[in-house]
Amino acid sequence: MPSVMRPGRDIAIVAFGQTDHRRSSDELSEVEMLMPVLHQVLDATGLKTSDIGFTCSGSSDYLAGRAFSFTMALDGVGAWPPISESHVEMDGAWALYEAWTKLLTGEADTALVYAYGKSSPGSVRDVLTRQLDPYYVAPLWPDSVALAALQAQALIDAGDTDEPALAGVASRSRRDASANSHAQLRGSVPQGEYVVRPLRTGDCPPVSDGAAAVILAAGDRARELCERPAWIRGIDHRIEAHSLGVRDLTDSPSSRLAAERAGAFERPVDTAELHAPFTAQEVVLRKALKLGDDVTVNPSGGALAANPVMAAGLIRLGEAAARIHRGASDRALAHATSGPCLQQNLVAVLEGDAR
Amino acid sequence: MNKEPVAVVGIGQTKHVAARRDVSIAGLVREAAQRALADAELTWADIDAVVIGKAPDFFEGVMMPELYLADALGAVGKPMLRVHTAGSVGGSTALVATNLVAGRVHGTVLTLAFEKQSESNAMWGLSLPIPFQQPLLAGAGGFFAPHVRAYMRRTGAPDTVGSLVAYKDRRNALKNPYAHLHEQGITLEKVQASPMLWDPIRYSETCPSSDGACAMILTDRAGAARSPKPPAWMHGGAMRSEPTLFAGKDFVSPQAGKDCAADVYRQAGISDPRREIDAVEMYVPFSWYEPMWLENLGFADEGEGWKLTEAGVTELDGDLPVNMSGGVLSTNPIGASGMIRFAEAALQVRGQAGEHQIDGARRALGHAYGGGAQFFSMWLVGAEPPTT
Repeated sequence: MPSVMRPGRDIAIVAFGQTDHRRSSDELSEVEMLMPVLHQVLDATGLKTSDIGFTCSGSSDYLAGRAFSFTMALDGVGAWPPISESHVEMDGAWALYEAWTKLLTGEADTALVYAYGKSSPGSVRDVLTRQLDPYYVAPLWPDSVALAALQAQALIDAGDTDEPALAGVASRSRRDASANSHAQLRGSVPQGEYVVRPLRTGDCPPVSDGAAAVILAAGDRARELCERPAWIRGIDHRIEAHSLGVRDLTDSPSSRLAAERAGAFERPVDTAELHAPFTAQEVVLRKALKLGDDVTVNPSGGALAANPVMAAGLIRLGEAAARIHRGASDRALAHATSGPCLQQNLVAVLEGDAR
Repeated sequence: MNKEPVAVVGIGQTKHVAARRDVSIAGLVREAAQRALADAELTWADIDAVVIGKAPDFFEGVMMPELYLADALGAVGKPMLRVHTAGSVGGSTALVATNLVAGRVHGTVLTLAFEKQSESNAMWGLSLPIPFQQPLLAGAGGFFAPHVRAYMRRTGAPDTVGSLVAYKDRRNALKNPYAHLHEQGITLEKVQASPMLWDPIRYSETCPSSDGACAMILTDRAGAARSPKPPAWMHGGAMRSEPTLFAGKDFVSPQAGKDCAADVYRQAGISDPRREIDAVEMYVPFSWYEPMWLENLGFADEGEGWKLTEAGVTELDGDLPVNMSGGVLSTNPIGASGMIRFAEAALQVRGQAGEHQIDGARRALGHAYGGGAQFFSMWLVGAEPPTT
């Protein structure tokens, strides 16, 4: 049993910004898409680039279709005079994790974290096959929907869900997204035809372009910058084996382990923002994270309403934090995932000060 | 708040070569990791987290390879982070792993960087057409050659300095069993007679394309106390970035490099790097970058770096040895090259560098850079634990 990891320093998300996520953004470069979001979080805190102690981003060269794609985004940040900066080739949630560890060392008191992804220029289903074992699996091009369908069928076979229940997840998500002006699919969306059985269009995420940014701050600095900071009480991430054949696709032990170490099970949460691009994955995560029916799950609409790859996980952390900022939540769980069928998972527990 | 001291207790490298056709990517990284574990006399079960780095995914054609490599690196059930900061990535990866220990998130961390360049074509990987941007199809040598020219013009350095560096590094590599290029019978004349690629950079003054991996085990004070071999202690580490292209950029001596070094020296309490640092592993992919970085890192005044090289100060028996291992000029698995610099610096202060060991090396600097000379990462390691 992993013990709960108690951070040696109070660190909070103090600002969150995101784009309006869209099916296509042909007229915008990644930098042009990102810039307004960076300004949004800087304006919200009154900070300038030169005030930020550490900057970290998450993105993927494979989405951008070129090597070193993050360097252009850095130019947009305005890294002059030179800044202390790093990048993970992962979802921005992991960039936030790296920034959090940097703040824990005491070497910085504030951090800017951003992530972006444009899925529209290519076929994201095909692109994601390049994540798979390059010798034995990737040459077969099994796409992300097909792999998610395997997971959904395994759940149905295990009696954990059925197709009407999955449709319920889809319609609840998009109904909730009606209140989220940034979401791409909002309100009533038809469940549609099968894409890969048992998944229908409605069970799958939209193809999205988008960006997001957050600002982290430690201790009193967080209190200065935000009326009600979203304190990171714990954050952890775990990875599972890559091969689907050696995993129980109806469960997510890595999510459970991460949640345990983040302290998620010590007291109930009122909100959970889950990074579940496919309806069946919400079923898996609800079970692994022991979320009861009294927990508000994905009030933003989640990844089923907007799924800008590489930013969607960071957006879950941001959405959970924003709910704490505005007093709609006191203790929230935020989750991000990476890899096929929930291979890698990150869990954070965020809390607002008592009111 | 005070940080947990961080120690390097295990180091492992593969024998770097042009093509490791006998192993998969997973096989390559596992080999380096197992050697680091063996060096530390630890097992996979002792590792709390894995931090992996490499340069662009297009170099092997695998998107986010940490997913596929989780099993090979014993990471199943553990946290695994993937860093990518262009050519500086090997150094930054080690620093991200360092922060996990320094911030008391984990006790013992495996960090690893690799490149298996033979799986694909690096020139292709760097030359994909990009909408919205001017194409830059010159390759790295074509990008950096004008900056070398600018250095020569600015400092009046004679055009023989580059070949001295190459001759030294290739000779040093003969003493390093893991180095890629082992050019028996290398002479200064051979270097100077090699074909001109990007004037003034000759063929023998450029780095090779290598397959290789480098791994380190980082641990906290308690872990270091259990270490069977002397640990290397981290005394300072920093990263700095600046934009690729802008009117005020000094490509000869980028401000980000100066700031990064200054931060490391401040943390380590170093006021005179030339006297207080015993050995340097710096990222020199083209020979002329040795004199350039000697100035950028504060080992020589502006315009004076080439004089140290010319006087033999940076030779293995000089009083500021640089690239004892043979450096990037002899071994360049791009994503791993920065970590190899960091690891070789640690080997020196542990007294474990074998034939290329500098006697009595107590403090050593590891340096990496990348992108358009815009990303920098460095660490300074010592034989003694830090006092603050």
